[in-house]
Amino acid sequence: MKAAAVSLTDSKRENRAMRYMYVLTVFFMALTGFGQMPIYKRYYLSDIPGFGWLANFWTTRYVHYVGAALLLGIVAYMIVQYIALNRRQYKVSVTGYLRGILLLGIVLTGILFVIKNFPVIVFSPEFIIALNLSHLGLVMTFLLVNLYCLIFKKRWTNVR
Amino acid sequence: MGQQISRRTFLKGGIVSAAGLAASSIPAAAAVTEPDQKTQLATLLDISKCIGCGACVEACQETNSHKYPEPQKPFPQMFPDRAKVSDWSDKQDVTERLTPYNWLFIQHASVKINGEETELTIPRRCMHCVNPPCVKLCPWGAAKQLENGISRIDPDICLGGSKCNAVCPWDIPQRQTGVGLYLDILPNFAGNGVMFKCDRCYDQIEAGQLPACIEACPEDVQTIGPRPEIIKKAHKLAKEINGYIYGETENGGTNTIYVSPVPFEELDKAIEKGKGKPHLAGVSDQMADANNLAAAMVIAPLAGIAAAARKIYNYTQKSDKMKERV
Repeated sequence: MKAAAVSLTDSKRENRAMRYMYVLTVFFMALTGFGQMPIYKRYYLSDIPGFGWLANFWTTRYVHYVGAALLLGIVAYMIVQYIALNRRQYKVSVTGYLRGILLLGIVLTGILFVIKNFPVIVFSPEFIIALNLSHLGLVMTFLLVNLYCLIFKKRWTNVR
Repeated sequence: MGQQISRRTFLKGGIVSAAGLAASSIPAAAAVTEPDQKTQLATLLDISKCIGCGACVEACQETNSHKYPEPQKPFPQMFPDRAKVSDWSDKQDVTERLTPYNWLFIQHASVKINGEETELTIPRRCMHCVNPPCVKLCPWGAAKQLENGISRIDPDICLGGSKCNAVCPWDIPQRQTGVGLYLDILPNFAGNGVMFKCDRCYDQIEAGQLPACIEACPEDVQTIGPRPEIIKKAHKLAKEINGYIYGETENGGTNTIYVSPVPFEELDKAIEKGKGKPHLAGVSDQMADANNLAAAMVIAPLAGIAAAARKIYNYTQKSDKMKERV
């Protein structure tokens, strides 16, 4: 019984650490993502001590890319863990599906951005505009849905 | 394809286009209008030939004046006032730097060649990078790269946020306030006009003609052609004059290649630099740092799966031990 109790505590601790990492990653992704628009300097946000780096497009882009790699790792971890360990006990909630679909859209459009930024990859201007608007639109919807879930205490999964 | 096109050779073969023949029937013009999909068109500028007459600057202004901004005044009040008005409409005759009304200017450098003080003149305009940060990082898609390697800014979409200028290693795009899409959205709070720069006469090239600066040059300073061949020609020329090359590797490679009889470090020290006056210093590949992280994005999900697999394994091991004890 003792072994099981230790295992459960370790698992909970690991899950909590993953959750914090996920929230932090999403926060920095959103922060640096919006920083791709020239707004932080104009609106004095980069004047706040410690936020000066937000005015540097190269830094925000680099942090955004690091965040993207982290997010992909965390999402892969969460999905595999859910399928292998938690699926029998928990089912994905409606808001969980909604957030999952939005996140998938953000990841897919993000991948296209990464491809676009390589040399000699020329997407049509119309496609790039659609990509910009859809990535931004998906992120804003994702953040609003997360805000709703935070206020109304909606979880990704519910007990079956 | 397979050949470079100087003004003279273009005219020899391409004058036929004036007679109304389709561009595709002219080998030289075809190289300009239909470059290999995998290659971009580059220009070679032989600095030793330039006499600084300014014919290219004049031709650029004449040819592109219909693209110049016609701002509405008074300009909208900016909020917050950190966003400053950038107005060149009353200074349209400025030719000693890049402005929204002057996309090409001549830089002067006094240098010593074989111990003799020599004045070199260098036509400066957009470098048309192979992987242009202005295009790739434009948050709205207003800056575009054409398949023939031209970078251009769409004045109907640009909001004038000037990010393209901030990420350009050479400070090329220049802003004009009071014009463009931002006036129809939130003119006081977002945007600040339109960014303007050399579009290497994309419309002339589409029509099978040469860019105005190449066409007008009396000294044949510039040559245009597929990038690999222009690079070859630049190396050949550099070898012949014991010269130096700029633009081949700068910022990961550009489509504007300069060949100079003196090292570019010397030229960079000798030219006047500042806003709208680009340098000639070395530039590392600005896009590469983050692009190199793409590999991490491929590895990260695998690492995530591996971490989850380790957890699942530990969990099942401990469950088995627990069962055994019970």
